[in-house]
Amino acid sequence: MRGFLYDLAILAVDEGKAIEAGDGGFWADTAGIMLITPFIAFLAILAVGKKLKHNGGEIAVAALAINLLWASVLFVMNMTGGVLTETTFEIARIGSDLVFELGWAVDGLSIMMYFLVNFVGLLVFIYAIGYMKGDVRVHWFFAAFSLFAGAMLILVGAPNLVQLIIGWEGVGLASYFLIGFYWDDLDNVKAGNKAFMTNKVADVGLILGAIILGVSIGTFDFGELSKLAAEHDEALGAVALVGGLLLFFGAMGKSAQFPLHIWLPDAMAGPTPVSALMHAATMVTAGIYLMARTFPLFQNFDDLAGDGRMWMVAIGTITLFAIGLLALVADDIKKVLAYSTVSQLGYMMTAVAAGGYTAGLFHLFTHAFFKALLFLGAGSVIHAVHSNNMSDMGGLRKYMPTTYWTFVVGSLALAGIIPLAGFWSKDEILATLGHEGFTLVMWIAIAGAFVTAFYMTRAVALTFHGEYKGHGEPHESPPIMTGPLVALAIPSMLFGFLNVPGLSLPGIGNFTEWLGVRVVAMGDYHPESVDWGLAAIGLAAALLGIALGWRLWGPDKDTQAARDRFNVPVLYPLLRRKYYIDDAALGIVGATTGPIARFIDWTNTYIFDGIVNAVGGMTKWLGGITYNFLDQLGVDGVFNGLSAAADSAGSSVRKLQTGRVQQYASGFVAGALILVVLFVFVI
Amino acid sequence: MTFETWISEPVNWAFSAIALAVLFSGLRVVTAKNVVHAALYLVATLAGTAGLFLILSAEFVAWVLVLVYIGAVIVLFLFGIMITRAPTGLDEGLDVEKKLWPALLSVAVFVAMAWASVNAFGTQEILDTGNPTSTEILGEALLGRFVIPFEIVGFILLAALVGGITVARKDLTPAEEEEEAAV
Amino acid sequence: MVVSQFLVLAAALFAMGVYGLLIRRNIVLILLSVELMLNAVNINLVAFESMIVTTEALGQVFAIFVITVAAAEVGVGLAIVLMIFRNRQSANVDELDLMRY
Repeated sequence: MRGFLYDLAILAVDEGKAIEAGDGGFWADTAGIMLITPFIAFLAILAVGKKLKHNGGEIAVAALAINLLWASVLFVMNMTGGVLTETTFEIARIGSDLVFELGWAVDGLSIMMYFLVNFVGLLVFIYAIGYMKGDVRVHWFFAAFSLFAGAMLILVGAPNLVQLIIGWEGVGLASYFLIGFYWDDLDNVKAGNKAFMTNKVADVGLILGAIILGVSIGTFDFGELSKLAAEHDEALGAVALVGGLLLFFGAMGKSAQFPLHIWLPDAMAGPTPVSALMHAATMVTAGIYLMARTFPLFQNFDDLAGDGRMWMVAIGTITLFAIGLLALVADDIKKVLAYSTVSQLGYMMTAVAAGGYTAGLFHLFTHAFFKALLFLGAGSVIHAVHSNNMSDMGGLRKYMPTTYWTFVVGSLALAGIIPLAGFWSKDEILATLGHEGFTLVMWIAIAGAFVTAFYMTRAVALTFHGEYKGHGEPHESPPIMTGPLVALAIPSMLFGFLNVPGLSLPGIGNFTEWLGVRVVAMGDYHPESVDWGLAAIGLAAALLGIALGWRLWGPDKDTQAARDRFNVPVLYPLLRRKYYIDDAALGIVGATTGPIARFIDWTNTYIFDGIVNAVGGMTKWLGGITYNFLDQLGVDGVFNGLSAAADSAGSSVRKLQTGRVQQYASGFVAGALILVVLFVFVI
Repeated sequence: MTFETWISEPVNWAFSAIALAVLFSGLRVVTAKNVVHAALYLVATLAGTAGLFLILSAEFVAWVLVLVYIGAVIVLFLFGIMITRAPTGLDEGLDVEKKLWPALLSVAVFVAMAWASVNAFGTQEILDTGNPTSTEILGEALLGRFVIPFEIVGFILLAALVGGITVARKDLTPAEEEEEAAV
Repeated sequence: MVVSQFLVLAAALFAMGVYGLLIRRNIVLILLSVELMLNAVNINLVAFESMIVTTEALGQVFAIFVITVAAAEVGVGLAIVLMIFRNRQSANVDELDLMRY
């Protein structure tokens, strides 16, 4: 049964040219297979996983390989002509017009996500076969992992808010299983609980928002919602502010926006492949996806709801800068990457909230590849040295060449170095922010690019350069783990060219056009050509970050010494300078070349060093302040207080749990009696 | 309708007699100090109920009640009582000590339900259809419109049987298993 | 015959069942009380059926189903009682309070 037939729908008028999209034929009609195979894999692994050679890993990989076939075909079809269709089945009905449907949407946005989830997921699954070898409960790991991917596919394939919530909660549940995977250690259980609870707080927002929007406009369908938003519908306008902000609150939880980001660094407790998938394609992208899926609502937010976008942009901006600083003080390599993910999600959220649909999603797309690459690289390192702490690493460049160069590629892409993927997507965000009038935010984002490059250089230097400080002899990971690294390094390098402003690849167009295949036109801003001035500023910030990071951590053999140098008070170089002024005054009497040479030397040694140390010290100080006060005391304090309140309430209520069945039965009968009286005599 | 017109119908004499018996034996089920007596009073209650069903011309249900309940379920209960070695004589410790709240609660339940019933149906008459073949209708309904629920109920019975055996079976220790295998 | 007379009788039987459920200590006797309540429900069903006289004897069909499920319930319930008794040498519910705080 076909729900809405958008066959050959006239979509958008882009420069006066109508885009026509096909219905995708067989591949789109059967795209629902992608939503089902991971669940079949889940059951199959639970049933027979233990008996197989790789404990069910082969089933999980096979399921995603089938999915990737569908996703790739649809991806290519969407490149060449556009695919826009939707298949739905009616499940239930409230009254005569509020319909619950399940099904799958096939349009530019969902095809991009299908491809991303399945491609990254497949590589991570293959990697996990090597990584999890010999671990405990491997078959359960692969079962929960399949569930994780499957729930995400249900989420991104959702044609309406109801199915999206189903997938949303499924992702939350699977992430709870996976974060608490090593449940023999209580800390990991607590991390899983923290992630689940924090997400639940936000989920309340999503569910309330969905109900408010759905009931007010009489449909949960995204296509209808988009159309109404584009038409500035009055019924929608009445609830747009509350509904939109509630949806945004839901997105804040899954996408770890300040102050709900606290669960993500703790979520590192799970096995590394889980972190890789969670930070790249599934889970944290769900919030951005929700914003993009309901983008027409946010695009027209000013007209529909009035002021409100400012708050979303502000939250994104705080996230991208303040949380990025925290990565500077973390010692756990996975925590560095986790804070980095939060910061990058801040970029995406800022972009989407500011009106950059394509910019935010393009960054999501490229970020998925290099962040998965970085996490898998970190996993490879952890696998080799049996420690998460960078103080136990160092010098691994010699032992693990493949991991090293792929990690460097990922770091450079994340830092935004031309011509890697991250450069192009970050540049588009900056351009969009500038165009939409958020100039201050744009400069903060450029500062964020500096911080990003800074901490990634630190991570690379501490992990791969200097001397090895751990135990034993580390060695390169097996090919089943390095293969996915290489396979992810290639898109991290090249996929930026899919959306260079003004560049249309022959026959397939560019990423902007693919993503524009939606029921209504997105109408966001696309730069016509590369703004090289802005790009140069962004690139300069990144290069400065790398140079500073390298100056501080790179050349040293001993990282401890580097730390000491980093902690030099800001005043210290100034004192040295004062001393040299006397020296220079004496030198004036010397040879004519002397002062010039000495001036150059002085400039080189002291001004440069001074600036380096001052900026480095300031940044670290800022990071420390943010971590200690804002994150630990402020945000964590509030949540700890809330949980303490819940705890004491629980211990007083639990006295009701007497274990006497008949007391429970009395309560039950009394309750039923009250209901009878209510229904029969009162109502 | 006055009480005189109600009691003038002969069928209501029968109803009154049976109802009194049912109420008395039902009360004894929950108050008897002897476990076996309680089970036997349940037999009386069920027999009375079967009589009521006959008055309502639901003879098939009435005989099912007699066969299944009085014939099988009560026997099962008696077995249960004997296996658990509950005292078969008088036993003061059969009930909990505090009975006031349960009593008040059940009276409240009765008042609420009775009041609701009378409020809703008042003196609405039961039509005397005089239809003697309600068993035929019942049979056609069970194996026609309700055939799938009927099969499902059969399956539930099977599952309960298997479950009951599994739960009640005594787990053998390894030594006992060897003994069994040797035999 | 009015329908209320059956309904009030059923209500009385049901209330007795509730009373027995709440005051009995022996699990077998609690199960007996539950049977009493189910029986009250059956009376209601059959009384309603003869009031509205359906062509498919709906009330009686459901009474049959209730009787069948009750039989299954007794079977499983007594098996559980048996196991509890075997493990704890007692069939009194107030001694089974392992699931308390």
